Amino acid sequence: MRGEPAAAEASVTLQQPEVRKLRLKATEHLGVPKGEKFIHPTKLDLLRLVVAIYLLSAEKREAELLEENWRYSRQTARKGPGPTHLGRQARASSPRPGQLAAQAQWAGLAMPTVSLKRDLLFRALGRTYTDEEFDELCFEFGLELDEITSEKEIISKEQGNEKAQGASDVVLYKIDVPANRYDLLCLEGLVRGLQVFKERIKAPMYKRVMPNGEIQKLIITEETAKIRPYAVAAVLRNIKFTKDRYDSFIELQEKLHQNICRKRALVAIGTHDLDALSGPFTYTAKKPSDIKFKPLNKTKEYTACELMNIYKTDNHLKHYLHIIENKPLYPVIYDSNGVVLSMPPVINGNHSKITVNTRNIFIECTGTDFTKAKIVLDIIVTTFSEYCENQFTVEAAEVVFPNGKLHTFPELAYRKEMVRADLINKKVGIRETPENLAKLLTRMCLKSEVIGDGNQIEIEIPPTRADIIHACDIIEDAAIAYGYNNIQMTLPKTYTIANQFPLNKLTELLRHDMAAAGFTEALTFALCSQEDIADKLGLHISATKAVLISNPKTAEFQVARTTLLPGLLKTIAANRKMPLPLKLFEISDIVIQDSSRDVGARNYRHLCAVYYNKNPGFEIIHGLLDRIMQLLDVPPGEKKGGYVIRASEGPAFFPGRCAEIFARGQSIGKLGVLHPDVITKFELTMPCSCVEINIEPFL
Amino acid sequence: MADGPVAEVLLQRLEAADGGLDSAELAAELGVEHQTVVGAVKSLQALGEIIEAELRSTKRWELTAEGEEIAREGSHEARVFRSVPPEGLPQSELMRLPSGKVGFSKAMSNKWIRVDKSAADGPRVFRVVDSVEDEVQRRLQLVQGGRAEKLGEKERSELRKRKLLTEVTLKTYWVSKGSAFSTSISKQETELSPEMISSGSWRDRPFKPYNFSAHGVLPDSGHLHPLLKVRTQFRQIFLEMGFTEMPTDNYIESSFWNFDALFQPQQHPARDQHDTFFLRDPAQAQQLPMDYVHRVKRTHSQGGYGSQGYKYNWKLDEARKNLLRTHTTSASARALYRLAQKKPFTAAKYFSIDRVFRNETLDATHLAEFHQIEGVVADHGLTLGHLMGVLREFFTKLGITQLRFKPTYNPYTEPSMEVFSYHQGLKKWVEVGNSGIFRPEMLLPMGLPENVSVIAWGLSLERPTMIKYGINNIRELVGHKVNLQMVYDSPLCRLDAEQGPPSTQEAA
Repeated sequence: MRGEPAAAEASVTLQQPEVRKLRLKATEHLGVPKGEKFIHPTKLDLLRLVVAIYLLSAEKREAELLEENWRYSRQTARKGPGPTHLGRQARASSPRPGQLAAQAQWAGLAMPTVSLKRDLLFRALGRTYTDEEFDELCFEFGLELDEITSEKEIISKEQGNEKAQGASDVVLYKIDVPANRYDLLCLEGLVRGLQVFKERIKAPMYKRVMPNGEIQKLIITEETAKIRPYAVAAVLRNIKFTKDRYDSFIELQEKLHQNICRKRALVAIGTHDLDALSGPFTYTAKKPSDIKFKPLNKTKEYTACELMNIYKTDNHLKHYLHIIENKPLYPVIYDSNGVVLSMPPVINGNHSKITVNTRNIFIECTGTDFTKAKIVLDIIVTTFSEYCENQFTVEAAEVVFPNGKLHTFPELAYRKEMVRADLINKKVGIRETPENLAKLLTRMCLKSEVIGDGNQIEIEIPPTRADIIHACDIIEDAAIAYGYNNIQMTLPKTYTIANQFPLNKLTELLRHDMAAAGFTEALTFALCSQEDIADKLGLHISATKAVLISNPKTAEFQVARTTLLPGLLKTIAANRKMPLPLKLFEISDIVIQDSSRDVGARNYRHLCAVYYNKNPGFEIIHGLLDRIMQLLDVPPGEKKGGYVIRASEGPAFFPGRCAEIFARGQSIGKLGVLHPDVITKFELTMPCSCVEINIEPFL
Repeated sequence: MADGPVAEVLLQRLEAADGGLDSAELAAELGVEHQTVVGAVKSLQALGEIIEAELRSTKRWELTAEGEEIAREGSHEARVFRSVPPEGLPQSELMRLPSGKVGFSKAMSNKWIRVDKSAADGPRVFRVVDSVEDEVQRRLQLVQGGRAEKLGEKERSELRKRKLLTEVTLKTYWVSKGSAFSTSISKQETELSPEMISSGSWRDRPFKPYNFSAHGVLPDSGHLHPLLKVRTQFRQIFLEMGFTEMPTDNYIESSFWNFDALFQPQQHPARDQHDTFFLRDPAQAQQLPMDYVHRVKRTHSQGGYGSQGYKYNWKLDEARKNLLRTHTTSASARALYRLAQKKPFTAAKYFSIDRVFRNETLDATHLAEFHQIEGVVADHGLTLGHLMGVLREFFTKLGITQLRFKPTYNPYTEPSMEVFSYHQGLKKWVEVGNSGIFRPEMLLPMGLPENVSVIAWGLSLERPTMIKYGINNIRELVGHKVNLQMVYDSPLCRLDAEQGPPSTQEAA
């Protein structure tokens, strides 16, 4: 659902073979040499032209897709995912990806994708799989093998074949990981999870150990309180990296930054070569002009102010600047010699930069969310302590808080939970023995055993599983290990009588009779521009009582509509080539501010119909109103319960051609011939009459 | 049609003719307009295989009106020559003659006549030769006689320049006997009339056969929108399964009901400005059920009800922020809260289908608003097996029978499962919905009894509709850019009797 769904899904259409073909055609038209990046900024206008030409041609639909893609690429070019973030790719060979990618998964989050070298993965798993077998394994475990690709294929798809020359063609598996399983975000964690699941290894016990010498200390000063108050730290001692391990270590930090760290807003990670530093360390906050250091991969020193300017154009770092940009003080960490470790959440110092050869790593996580900082630290150290001389041990570090309190990290807390076996069986709908259930849970890295009366299961929650916060999380893991598809499907015996929501029931009935009256149903957006509901109808926005949206990306989403009319007029404008007359209707909700409601606004169910032809056809719209009243069993006439129309006026209507509709003793709407100014503003050319009423009084 | 006699004559001639006859020649022979013969040919053709007619086009030279006159009376110059007596004629008198002006200059250049400007009563015209050959008249008479081919190309074009000749294209029919040729045909009636019924004359009359391969005339009618036709079917399915419709007529929702009530933490990415439309006015919800709000706050920040909680500083201001609801689950939360207030607890099955809003980047498959379908069952002791059973029944009604369930993570359900169905066209499993059991941290603060479980699932309305109606660009379906022709042409929505294009028939 969330995260980066739009980007992910858009890339699906980007990869369509037909669009690629068209894209090729368009680049040919532009004389762009093959291999040059498709969207070259100076060629955007030309591209638009080509798209326009295609729009006129038989390839209209493809052209529209092309245009969408173009727009998408432009947006990503503007926003630019970080350099290491390759985004989610489409599956190959989907004939109708457009439809399959169609919007809106219910409830689910966009899953983070980890990109792993297949052969490295298989070596770590101790066996090979066919693609199908591995896909199956992922499915069972709740992962998704999203794409099989290679560095070369990715570059070739994004930048053309020529750029891909010489790129690696090592097979990559792109795997979607559930958004709460931070422990699976890199090769080491994923392999450990799968190996335990397949009972090939036992889940390791992670241990915090005290150093032989003096413990590393990080002192937090009170200046950080207003900007980024929390910090945690730990040491990975005698670690042995290889190129692949090092890459994975960097990549895991990036994944954590993008997900649980909320793009470094909540937590930022800094990892340092401890041998280049000397503790104790100080985490403080200073005026930007007073911070000066040599940042990562730069050769000279800059002040924080200068850095903020330099990084404005950095595709990766520019996304994190806003977190501290307007603060009077910037957070910064020094060692005892005044060497800057990092200026979180933006950049580390170059002095303590880690490399493949680094043996001792000092890890600090700073942030605004203490719980998440502790989780992030636990994930990093548990995952990579595998490569330490004493496997799965982590050296403790002390953090002194401004109030003088001393905390030792990483917490690496193991928690015990008790769940009754029959509860698990009852919630899942299975009948397993407590022993079997304990075994299932152990396969999910939740070491479990049956205790007490033989029905009680004691479960140990390791520090890697911060996602387990309730018994229901444990029950889910039991169900996953049991295999969702092995669960017997049954129907609940819940006996209920169905009822329709009366307003929707009335709407359904009216819709059918509106169509029977010769009007065609439109389905227009509930969001629109201020102009649509106000200026174009001759109103001031304040007169509409519309709710206003604070963060629209474009003018199309400034307000919720207060009338259905603009949507119908825009529908006609988009369908001017259709034979006349055009007779359209819509029955849907509009939104008006209403201080008596809890949220200060409410919907009204409106019915709107328009008649568009060479003549205004007021009598037709009037006749439709009479028919609607007949359907609603409202007789004409002044007497109680009847309806009448009375001459009225409104800025949207032609003078003398507007009437207000009164039914059941209240005004329910208006009908009339639209003002020529309104017609023109909606880019129409013919006379048009319309009726719009609130149908809620007829419930 | 007045072509009865002509048609009869045509048939008689055709019987006698060797091979066939030309419509134009027949018209000339009968002394009728060519169009009359063409009419007869067409009406005979309509009767079936009586005759065969092949359209031919021939080019022909014809005289113009002036050309006809010259062929009859002689060229202007010849007429001028003839009107000059041996003793001559005053030029002014000659010029008054009908052919005077044109004929005079031509006759002069032919050196047939001369002008004596020294005559006493003004210029006088005399013959130069005794007799003349009127070549123009002779040539035009040749054309008139149908022998235009005797003239050279140069001569013809000269006459055409003088607007005496014109080339016409004549469309004629070469008519021959058809497989059902007969000379005796009686005129067939086209339609049954009230008179025929009352007089009974229909008994003796032959009727013209209908052309059943022609298209009918579509009725003038209104049409329902395809997406809403699919909505109607989904409503129907839920109603058949005994689900009650929840009120969803509140697009504006507070963050509290949209997120906090669902145990979605306040730093959750969904609550980001990039994903959700927040309101500037009214910016905040003024009324919240404060008792319940406190329970929610405690659960988020400290845990409770068996939960560790998220352990963060929960802020009321954040919960008050108004937004356009991002899912209809906010309406489900309200419905479940109302259910929880009813004592004793009674089981419930709810559904809703309505609009939701996301501040997303738009593309061919994503709009800022779309429809969500949601089903909810609340009862004592519901299991994951029950959820799967209900899903199986629900999807069977959509015509989807092969289902598979994948573990997944949703913020407010645990366990959670994605629903996959096997797509015949793609030869692979595709996701058709998402589901789960609502977390106790969501249900217990509402006041629902501890042993009550709530299972729920959801999907979008647009996706099955796009597949059902073969639409690739969501804008053609939803919003003002809709293709009205598509709306006019769309068939009934029968989800369980899928007849769509073969490559798409299995998916939802």
